[in-house]
Amino acid sequence: MGFLDWMSYNAGRVGELTLAHLWMTLTPTFIGLLLALPVGWFAYRHRRAYPWIVGIGGLLYTLPSLAVFIILPMVVGTRILDPLNVVIALSVYTFALLVRSVADGLASVSPETNQAAEAMGMNGLQRFFRVQLPVATPVILASMRVIVVTNVSIVSMAAIIGVPQLGSLFTEGFSRRQTIPIIVGIGVCLLLAIVLDQLIVRTSKILTPWLPKERA
Amino acid sequence: MLEYLLDPANWSGSGGIGMRIAEHLLYTFITMAIAALIAMPLGILIGVSGRGEAFIAGIANALRALPTLGLLILIVMLVAPLIANRLAFAVPAIIVLVLLAVPPILTGTYSGIQNADRDAVQAARGMGFTTLQILFRVQLPIALPLIMSGLRGSLLQVVSTATVAAFVSLGGLGRFIIDGRANQDYPQMFAGAIVVAAVALGLELFFILLERIVVSPGLQRRTKTSFAPAAAG
Repeated sequence: MGFLDWMSYNAGRVGELTLAHLWMTLTPTFIGLLLALPVGWFAYRHRRAYPWIVGIGGLLYTLPSLAVFIILPMVVGTRILDPLNVVIALSVYTFALLVRSVADGLASVSPETNQAAEAMGMNGLQRFFRVQLPVATPVILASMRVIVVTNVSIVSMAAIIGVPQLGSLFTEGFSRRQTIPIIVGIGVCLLLAIVLDQLIVRTSKILTPWLPKERA
Repeated sequence: MLEYLLDPANWSGSGGIGMRIAEHLLYTFITMAIAALIAMPLGILIGVSGRGEAFIAGIANALRALPTLGLLILIVMLVAPLIANRLAFAVPAIIVLVLLAVPPILTGTYSGIQNADRDAVQAARGMGFTTLQILFRVQLPIALPLIMSGLRGSLLQVVSTATVAAFVSLGGLGRFIIDGRANQDYPQMFAGAIVVAAVALGLELFFILLERIVVSPGLQRRTKTSFAPAAAG
């Protein structure tokens, strides 16, 4: 079967798998970010907590994804094939990597900037949202780029335990000895990674209008 | 759920947990050795000459975006028919593992050498060190923390991906997960997952310890104080 024949039969399915893949990539990226912001802030405020939080994050990230997909149902009580396992696992990975960038990004705000904000009468919360977080945004989003691209690849591993997304094209291609679905799957995954990466680059430019164009 | 792990019969013999751990470590070791042999000299070359950096960074990014599972399956399907003996699945799997392991070591090596303190390099040159002496006695020792973290990043990737490679008939700890899935044997899958996670954590902790031993104490002190939260924050 040629490429065009295969696509004409399977275009709908590829679309469905792409949507599932997108959902399983984006949801945990946002959840991970929402968790990493307060914990990263805590690590930044408390020097003693920093090495612990970053260290535990590093160890969490060490766990092989396939193993986590299988262990999670035991820990949180989901079913083994539940896509929720993938979402939770990736949220943990995203959080583990991002928490360090958030802490380091916040720490990169210069003391002068912080003092100026304080002198203007801002309280802690105002300073965080209106000064520290915006200044740390490029650092945080730079690591979000790496994370989202990595997440696209990790999601596809879940095909091994039978959670349908683009990775299913790889496992099915292998069992049917067809290379076309595998190549299509790799292509769509790459496309997804590039689009999401560029989306973050654009977001970063919009959120940090004060930076010179080439740096954002 | 732990009964599979607690049954001594599952630990011994061919296909037992003990043998699978040994297999997994063997694949990991072979891959890391080949990857380090390729990446470290190349990284030194790029670091010292300052050329080819953008090219390598581009390739590393592209590799990160490629879905590992797809790449693994595709290369196995293309390469396995060319190899007639029992290594037909192991060789292509190791090719992919090496491919994934090279970029972090490469990046760690060249950025470590490039970030070596200029004053230290100048001082060594002033003392009459040759280029090679500067490389081995100044730049490489200073680059060691970054090289080690590159190696650690690769190791993590390889241990994790070697598990996935069981899908394309490789041995190792992934077998329990793949075979357990095929036989609806959840306790076996769970046991495999626990052991893989333990092996990965064990290797990571071993590496952290190794870093403490091989990296010069002066450098460790500096990296620790490099994180200084703003006092007014």
